[in-house]
Amino acid sequence: MTVGKNLWVIILIKLFILFVILRLFFFHDYLGSKFTSEKDKSNYVIEQLTK
Amino acid sequence: MEHIDFSLVNWSRAQFALTAMYHWLFVPLTLGLSFIVAFMETLYVRTGNPEWKRITKFWMTIFGINFAIGVATGIILEFEFGTNWSNYSWFVGDIFGAPLAIEGIMAFFLESTFIAVMFFGWNKVSKKFHLLSTWLVAIGSNLSALWILVANAWMQNPVGMKFNPDTARNEMVNFWEVLFSPVAINKFLHTISSGYVLASIFVIGVSAWYLLKNREHLFAKRSIIVAATFGLVTTAFVVLTGDGSARNMAKYQPMKFAAMENLYVGVQNAPLVAIGILKEDAKEASHKKQDFRFEIEIPNMLSYMAFLDPNAYVPGIKDLVHGNPERQILSYKEKSELGKIAITSLAEYKNAKNAGNDSLANAAKIRFEENYSYFGYGYYAGRDVHELIPSVATTFYSFRIMVGLGVHFGLLFLVVLLLTVKDKIAKKRFILYTMLWSIPLAYIASELGWVVAEVGRQPWVIQDILPTIAAVSQLKPASVQITFWMFFLIFTALLIAEIKIMTKQIKKGPGEDESSTKSASVNN
Repeated sequence: MTVGKNLWVIILIKLFILFVILRLFFFHDYLGSKFTSEKDKSNYVIEQLTK
Repeated sequence: MEHIDFSLVNWSRAQFALTAMYHWLFVPLTLGLSFIVAFMETLYVRTGNPEWKRITKFWMTIFGINFAIGVATGIILEFEFGTNWSNYSWFVGDIFGAPLAIEGIMAFFLESTFIAVMFFGWNKVSKKFHLLSTWLVAIGSNLSALWILVANAWMQNPVGMKFNPDTARNEMVNFWEVLFSPVAINKFLHTISSGYVLASIFVIGVSAWYLLKNREHLFAKRSIIVAATFGLVTTAFVVLTGDGSARNMAKYQPMKFAAMENLYVGVQNAPLVAIGILKEDAKEASHKKQDFRFEIEIPNMLSYMAFLDPNAYVPGIKDLVHGNPERQILSYKEKSELGKIAITSLAEYKNAKNAGNDSLANAAKIRFEENYSYFGYGYYAGRDVHELIPSVATTFYSFRIMVGLGVHFGLLFLVVLLLTVKDKIAKKRFILYTMLWSIPLAYIASELGWVVAEVGRQPWVIQDILPTIAAVSQLKPASVQITFWMFFLIFTALLIAEIKIMTKQIKKGPGEDESSTKSASVNN
């Protein structure tokens, strides 16, 4: 396999791991997964910062 | 903030440090090699000598390997912001988002569009358009670095924003103040120029390997001439911008500056410890105060470095922690009390707003705004304020090793350049081995620069405003540990792949171009 093909394979595997496996299964948007509105998110953060 | 899970905070910090340090293994070579390749191709276009084309294409392949394996590793840092540091992500709001969005739209597209021409456009576009593409890739790569470094500089010196207590977000009020803050400008220039030095060391190191193997003499010598010249000029620039960094640090992050110098008691005419060995002072174990077992000082140098005045007073760790009324320095205890007022006022403001009591809300808002600059200290009210001292030994040694290696690189570029110009380099095997073994040293120096910048500012995520203990998401420490080890495996695999592919390509050598190398030797 040429160096170019090797690199394309690595890029594709890496992007799959990063954007499919890690993003979908391990790295949820913490506030986005708990709250739907911006107001709820800000209330939560204020509560966290002032508790 | 009474119940702090330090296991969670420390694992989240460790994960961020791990990903940032691995990411930084790829970035500086991209930043520097892109310009070195552009210089080489310029020489090819100007002279028409096919040997320069062969040289350009080889280093372009090395650039391509590093770029392909390193690209998108930084995106994980953004994942971590949203997951592990959600309070922080919300709190910084558009201040962080705007520079990163500009990076994505402007620099990344510029870079990725022209990188295709650079790699696949040989003999398909004109020489001049190809050269332009190579330069635009170099400029685009470095512009990408600008925006992320502006965001980092804002965390070290938060300016150009106003906190909105209704949304709990910092809102940008002056984009130019954020972009042109002295910390941002200096950080950008210092960081990219350190990348140029690393790439120059990489090129002369690989070229030295060819000379040691008695291969590709012309290729190696020409590569050395370009890289050593670039490295020598940019080392001088790194020294200049490093000097600027020290002054910014003394002004905006005096604790980091004092820790970096192991300066416990502030003095006028402060000397700089050029070389020193620390030992822990048992008498003040609670501070983990370090004394010097051995030191070599340069008189007045620290005062000059910090304030361009050899007689200037430089505050020490003790002055910053316990205060110094003579010098109008508030103690951390006083600051933590003011910060506590800010935190309590924010809660009162929110409660009064919810209750519809506008007069109470306005009074709380005024109190909050008066004390906002101490907001982060409020989390240490009632706690041991010594938690606000970063690791002195880590910062002290990292700085000295980085500077020592920087001096080594500068001298090496000078010696190597002179020997190559006199055509004596191939016989100096000790110098050739030094060039080769300086490659890992360049990576160590580059990483240590970040250690000084980031460990030295602990515990702040945003200087004086948000510490790590308040910025972290309330996750289970075990989940952060799992992803920590996952990243460790992924990045290690990428690093092994990079080293393997690169060494294979280097062993293979520049090879023959479609243009005959015979004509190159004629033109030599």
